[in-house]
Amino acid sequence: MAKLLARFADCVFWMARYTERANSLARVLDVNQAYSQDAHGVRNWQSILTFYADEAAFAELYKQVSAEAVIAFYATDPRNPSSIRSCLRQARENARTIRPLISTEMWSQLNALHRKIKPLKTSSVTSKNLSSFATTIKEGCETHVGITLETFYRDEAWHFYLLGQQLERADQTTRLLDVKFAQLQAGAAEMGSATDVSQWNALLRAAAGFQAYRRRHPVTAMSPQSVAHFLLLNPLFPRSLLSSVNQASEALNALRRDSGLGTGLRAQKHLRAFQSALLDLDIDEVLARGMGETMDWIQRELNRTSDLVAQEFFGRA
Amino acid sequence: MLSGYDTGGYWCELQGHSHHALPACIELERRLDGFSIAELKKRSNAATREFMTLGVTFTVYSNRDQIDRILPFDVIPRVIPGVEWERLEAGVIQRVAAMNAFLGDIYGKQRALKDGIIPAELVLGNANYRKEMQDLPVPHGTYIHVCGTDIVRGKDGKFRVLEDNGRTPSGVSYVVENRHLMQRAFPDLVHDLPIRPVSNYGQKLAEALSQIAPAGVDDPQIVLLSPGAYNSAYFEHIFLAREMGVPLVEGRDLTVEKDRVFMKTVGGLAPVHVIYRRLNDDFLDPEVFRPDSMLGVAGLMRAYRKGNVALANAVGTGVADDKAVYAYIPRLIRYYLSEEPIIDNVETHICREPEGLKFTLDRMESLVVKPVGESGGYGVVIGPRVSKRELAEARELLTANPANYISQPMIELSVSPTLCGRAIEPRHVDLRPFTVTGKSSWVLPGGLTRVALRKGSLIVNSSQGGGSKDTWILG
Repeated sequence: MAKLLARFADCVFWMARYTERANSLARVLDVNQAYSQDAHGVRNWQSILTFYADEAAFAELYKQVSAEAVIAFYATDPRNPSSIRSCLRQARENARTIRPLISTEMWSQLNALHRKIKPLKTSSVTSKNLSSFATTIKEGCETHVGITLETFYRDEAWHFYLLGQQLERADQTTRLLDVKFAQLQAGAAEMGSATDVSQWNALLRAAAGFQAYRRRHPVTAMSPQSVAHFLLLNPLFPRSLLSSVNQASEALNALRRDSGLGTGLRAQKHLRAFQSALLDLDIDEVLARGMGETMDWIQRELNRTSDLVAQEFFGRA
Repeated sequence: MLSGYDTGGYWCELQGHSHHALPACIELERRLDGFSIAELKKRSNAATREFMTLGVTFTVYSNRDQIDRILPFDVIPRVIPGVEWERLEAGVIQRVAAMNAFLGDIYGKQRALKDGIIPAELVLGNANYRKEMQDLPVPHGTYIHVCGTDIVRGKDGKFRVLEDNGRTPSGVSYVVENRHLMQRAFPDLVHDLPIRPVSNYGQKLAEALSQIAPAGVDDPQIVLLSPGAYNSAYFEHIFLAREMGVPLVEGRDLTVEKDRVFMKTVGGLAPVHVIYRRLNDDFLDPEVFRPDSMLGVAGLMRAYRKGNVALANAVGTGVADDKAVYAYIPRLIRYYLSEEPIIDNVETHICREPEGLKFTLDRMESLVVKPVGESGGYGVVIGPRVSKRELAEARELLTANPANYISQPMIELSVSPTLCGRAIEPRHVDLRPFTVTGKSSWVLPGGLTRVALRKGSLIVNSSQGGGSKDTWILG
C-alpha cells in the first residue's frame, strides 16, 4: 500500500511543474525575442502577456509594455509569482520539503540553480543578454530532469513527478504554439514569406523540436498545418501535446495500479477521455475554425485534470 | 604550521599543557604540517560552498525573511583518544540511565521525593513536569531515547558535564555531515587513520525506535514529526528522516481516529506506530497542552496513553534536563544505580536554596549565572566578562526570582587550534555526545564539537555565532 504522504506527493508534483514551467518560460521568451527582431516589437511582447493572462498583474507593476519590461516581468521580477525566478524559488522550496524523498543530487542541483538566479536584479536580464540567460535556465532545468531520470527512486513519488512535469509541458507547448498562431492571425499577409518560414523555424527550435520535425518531414516547406500537427499530435516527439498527455495518462495508470487503492479514478477517466478526443482532432478543421477555441478547450481539459489530481490524491478541496 | 600557536594557558585539545602534540594527535599534527594556511583556507572555502549547495543549514529569521545560514565549519579536527572516549561513553550512558530511572520514579512511586533525595517542589512544581505521564509505563522504562550531553573540559584537563539535553537535542546531523565533508575535502588528512565511524547514526536510531513500538507490531511505521520548514533545526529533521528512510511529517499530516494515529498518504490513511518528535511537549496535542498549537495532532495523547503509539522522546522528559534538577544528577546516580558518577558535574549552586543564593550574590563577579528555563545561551551572565552595570542588572533579576537561576564557577573551557583568518589560533570548544536508547544505550562515537569562533568568547551556541568541528575518536 502507498505510504507516500499526500503533502509530499503534492510537493513532488509542483517541483516538477515549476521547473518545467521555468524551462518553457525561458523558451517562450527566447523565441519571442527571435520574432520581435523581425518586425513588430511591442505588439509581440504584448501577446505573451495575453497568453499567460497576465495583463492585469503586469499593469500593476509596469507602466508600459516594452521588451525590457516584459522580459523583467517574466525573467527576474520576484513580485511576479510566475517569473522564472519565482518558479525556481518555488521548485526549490518544494524540493526542500521533500528532501528526504529526492536524491541528494537532485536537491543540490536545484538548490545551486536557485542560488545562481536569486541574486539577479530585476534589471539584470535585458533583451541583450536574454538569450544567454534563457540558455542558463534551459540547461539548468534539463540538468534537473536528467539527474532526476538517473537518480530518483521509481515509486509513487516518481509517477507524481512525471504527472506534474507532463501536465505542465502539455500546457506550455500549447501556449508556445498559441503565441505563433496569434502572430499568424495578426499578420496573415506574411504567410509563406521568408520571415514567416524563419518564424516557424524559431518556434520549432523553441520547443527543441527542429531536428525531430525535419526527421518527420525531410523535404517539405513548413506549413502551419504540418507544424501545428507536429507540436500537437505527433506521439513520438517528447514535447508534443499528445506525447505529454500520453505520458501523464501512463503515470496515472501506474499510480492507480501500484497504489492498489480506489483513489484517482476520476482523474484517470478524465484524462483518458481527453486523450481519445485528441486522437480525433483534425488539424485542418482546427485551423479553419481558428486555434483559439481549440486552445481554450485544451487548457480547460488540462486544468480539470490537475484539479482532479489535487482533489483525489493531495486531499485538496 | 602550529609554530607561534599559543594555548594561552588553557587546556588544548591537541597539545594539553605541553607545547607539542599529545600522543593521539601526533599523526594529525604531522599531516597538518604539510598544509599551508593558504591551502587550508582554500579547502575551507570549498567546504563552505559545498555546505551551501547541499543546504546543510540552520534557519534564522529576521523581519520574516528567511535566511539559511550554515553552521561555520572549522577544518582542523578535534581529537579524543579512544581510551578517554570510552570513559566518556560510559559516563554519559550512566547519566542517561539515572535520568531514565528518575523519570520512571517521579512518574511512578516518587521514591526519591519521599526519601528526600531531591526537593519535591523542584520536581512536581517544575514547568516541565507533565501530570499526564503519571503512572503511564513506557517501553523498557526508556523516556529519553535521544540525549545530548554537553561536556566541557576545564583547565585541569578533566571532562565535566555542563548540561543535559533530554528533550529534543539538536546537532547530530552536523556530526555526520562534518565527517562526510572532511572525507571529501581532506582525503589526505583522513586516510588510513583509525577514526571511529559516525555514518550509522540513522540506522542505530531507527533500531532503537523500532524497539519501542507498541506490542504486537512487528514492522512498525516510524515517522519523524517536525514543526516544519520554519524551524531552525529543519535541516536536521530532513537529515534524520532521510538517514532512517522514514516520512518527515508535520502535525497536519497526522490524524487520530479511535485513539490510533494515522498519516495522510496518497492512498488514504496509513497507521503510524512510532513518532520521533522534534516538537516540544507544549505543542504536541492541542487537546491536552497548548490549545492554540497548530503544529500538533489533536488526540495524540489519547493514542499515546492507550499504548497505540510510541513517542520519542517520551512526554515530560524536560523535568530531568532542567538546569535546576541537573545539580542533583550525581546524587540521583548514586541513589538509583548505586554507582559513583563517572563524569562529574560542574560545581553548581542552586539559587532557590538560601545558601546557594547567598553564595551566588556574594561572588557574582566571578560566577556564571544561568536562567534555568532558557536554552541557546540566552540570558547567561558571565560575571568576569560583563560591565558593572550589567552585573547590577543581573543581580536585580536574580534577587527578584532566585528560583529561576543557578550559578557555576566560570569554566575556562579547553581550546582547540582553529583556522581564524590567516592564522591558527586557540578557540574554546565544548562537546555534545549523542546517546540513543531503546532497550539499551549506544553512543555515537564523538559528537558535536562546538567552537566559539570569536576570540576569547566562551559561548559556543550556533545561535550566538558558534561553529563546529569534526570530532575524531582515534583508536
